Amino acid sequence: MEQKTESSKAVLGRLLERHYQEALDEKAKGGLVAWATSISPQELLETMDIKVVYPENHAAAIGARKQAESFIEHSEGNGYSVDICSYARVNLGYMEIQESAAGNIPLPDLIFCCSNICNTVIKWYENIANELGIPMILFDMPFNHTYDVSDESTTYIRRQLEEAIKTLEALKGKKFDYDRLKEVMKISTETARSWKAATMLATAKPSPLNGFDLFNYMAMIVCMRGKQEGLDLFNLWKGELEEKARLGLGPWKDAEEQYRVMWDGIACWPYLSDTYKVLKKYGINMVTSTYPDSWTVIYDAGDLDSMARAYSSNYVNRNLDFGVDNIAKIVEDFSLDGIVYHSNRSCKFMDFRQFEVQRRVEARTGVPSVIFDGDQTDPRAFSLAQYEMRIQTLMEMMRERKEGGQ
Amino acid sequence: MIIDELAGIAHDPRKSVDEHIARTGKKAIGCFPVYSPEELVYAAGMLPVGMWGGQTDISKATQYLQSFCCSIMKANLENGLNGVYDALSMAIIPTFCDTLKCMGEVWKTAVPKPECFTFVFPQNRKLEAGVDFMRSELERLRARLEGISGAKIGDGDIERAIAVYDEYRAAARDFVKTSPSYPLTVNARVRHNVLKAAFFMDKAEYAAKLRAATAELKALPPEDGGSRGVVLTGLLAEPDGFLDLFADSRLHVAADDLVQESKQFRVDAPKEGASPLDRLARRLSDMDGCSLLYDSARTRGQKILGMVKDTGAAGVVVCMMKFCDPEEFDYPIYKKELEKAGVPLLYLEIEQKMDSAEQLRTRIQTFAEMLGA
Ligand code: SF4
Ligand code: SF4
Repeated sequence: MEQKTESSKAVLGRLLERHYQEALDEKAKGGLVAWATSISPQELLETMDIKVVYPENHAAAIGARKQAESFIEHSEGNGYSVDICSYARVNLGYMEIQESAAGNIPLPDLIFCCSNICNTVIKWYENIANELGIPMILFDMPFNHTYDVSDESTTYIRRQLEEAIKTLEALKGKKFDYDRLKEVMKISTETARSWKAATMLATAKPSPLNGFDLFNYMAMIVCMRGKQEGLDLFNLWKGELEEKARLGLGPWKDAEEQYRVMWDGIACWPYLSDTYKVLKKYGINMVTSTYPDSWTVIYDAGDLDSMARAYSSNYVNRNLDFGVDNIAKIVEDFSLDGIVYHSNRSCKFMDFRQFEVQRRVEARTGVPSVIFDGDQTDPRAFSLAQYEMRIQTLMEMMRERKEGGQ
Repeated sequence: MIIDELAGIAHDPRKSVDEHIARTGKKAIGCFPVYSPEELVYAAGMLPVGMWGGQTDISKATQYLQSFCCSIMKANLENGLNGVYDALSMAIIPTFCDTLKCMGEVWKTAVPKPECFTFVFPQNRKLEAGVDFMRSELERLRARLEGISGAKIGDGDIERAIAVYDEYRAAARDFVKTSPSYPLTVNARVRHNVLKAAFFMDKAEYAAKLRAATAELKALPPEDGGSRGVVLTGLLAEPDGFLDLFADSRLHVAADDLVQESKQFRVDAPKEGASPLDRLARRLSDMDGCSLLYDSARTRGQKILGMVKDTGAAGVVVCMMKFCDPEEFDYPIYKKELEKAGVPLLYLEIEQKMDSAEQLRTRIQTFAEMLGA
């Protein structure tokens, strides 16, 4: 009988399920489970064989299943303001309700928090640690107001990594295996490279990738970066996309890619398919976002200084000049026609520089863009009508520009 | 009385700062919320000036900030764009929250004068690695200040500045301990403005005046207006119209847990240290119970309870700065602790420019009545 190879999508589903199941099993047998932020030095946990789940992933999944509201309301009932990040509101609600149609995660015994995405996670995770009375490891990654990561920051972060290793040794009651760390770091870098290479295939015209798939694979790069299965998955996905690109296939079977845009910010999970459909209706393919680079964490295996620098280099921990250069380069690499900026009510760091980023990117590249109001998981902060109007405006601008021969 | 003079300064900070510059020939350096290494600015022979927003109408700032940004930062940016801070030689912008991180970046682009200096406070401030990082940030600032003044800042200068600041902090602590005995003279508004004046004066001069003001108070017989004391918690409690509602409802401030007030002077620099910068860095390690400083032990609720107990306050009023997410994250945790201890709690949302302060009148009145004021 002919062996049918599993598609990367099928593998993805299977791996994700296993990822959560393993954490639940570990908890059931009295093992240690960590909750970690999405771009944290998971290498340390993997080395120590500590199971980890990612509340941002879980909150996104709850959002995508249109289940967020009840958790959000629960948190608001406890006194959490509507102003704070909705991932936090979903997760802090889940922490008490502990039952979701989008799948369950075990409660943590350890908090693993890295501030390279925002200061908000420090507050959010502090609350979890406090409510559950469990230890918290914080990797404080100083905001890079200079273009690059400074030597002082690097040293500070490296020393925090060393400190964390000591804490983990004490918690697990076993020695940290540096050879194993080197192995995990190697796999993690390779996975990151493979992820980046796959997402870069969307530079082809037409793009073999529709960016909403990107959002799905994102969940996997968050939780599988340090694992061989993760590496295999991204290699498989990359192979599929290469094949599509070779055949000149675009993102859709039933429509042509007419315009190529970037999406700035997180998806609106509760409206994932609505936002997607509106774009598709106008032949607009979201080919990329600012995200692929977030998990392209590349360093020299075994070198904690280079690891420190890599984790701090995440674009949301970088200054505005870097942010602008970054998007301008994406415009060029992906031959973009436009940019959709999500003014995400949850994410203040992304918001309060967005207007300026938009102006500067437009001045530099000439590519038109629009901003719409939304939220990653709070369904109440998004209006489909407004979104569609903005997309129409963008479409008009992109058409004029194309017809103008640019 | 001297307290009236001090309160007057908070109402016209510009005048006080301009006069100081004219009188001393010193340069002035702006210090954004919530904490700045003011001692270093002082040691450089310059005047640190607090930049805590104001009741500004917002228009130009909307080019940079969405509506759901806190009112302090909107006001600071608007003022910056309008050249209100022209007299300052530099503005120090720390990175305590996501909004502040953006502010530093936006400032660099949008506001030509004063130039901005982003100061990164470590959050792992209790680890030696954090103390060392803080020291390196202080060194960086020291070099920049030396560039502005053209003169070296010696270790002796910093030691002297720390001494001045510790004296100011002691004077402020004595004032807030004394003031609840004079609820009529030092009502909520007066108390706030007296403390706020510190941001616009030379700290040695301020401390001397404040000590004299406290002595003046102590010479008076204690007042008993039948008013009940409350503890205020939050980022800050403004504007005046809001604070007046307290006196109107026969409430006064027994103690505060506000970032703009007591949290500025609760903790002194440690007496010993390898160097004066080391002492400044370690002061940060010792500051607990603040929403802007990593504290997985979350001591804030216990601290508030301690204040209630020590001062015999009848309740706690949360002055929640709208859109300030660090403060919003703390609230559910200490709320639980206060409720468990049976402490009456009133939650109020405020903005710096509040046309609607009056709307809070009934809520404050009802709370006061419940407390038996
Ligand atoms: S959405 Fe923004 S604020 Fe929320 S956790 Fe992510 S980066 Fe932080
Ligand atoms: S969010 Fe809060 S802490 Fe941050 S700048 Fe605004 S008022 Fe200050």
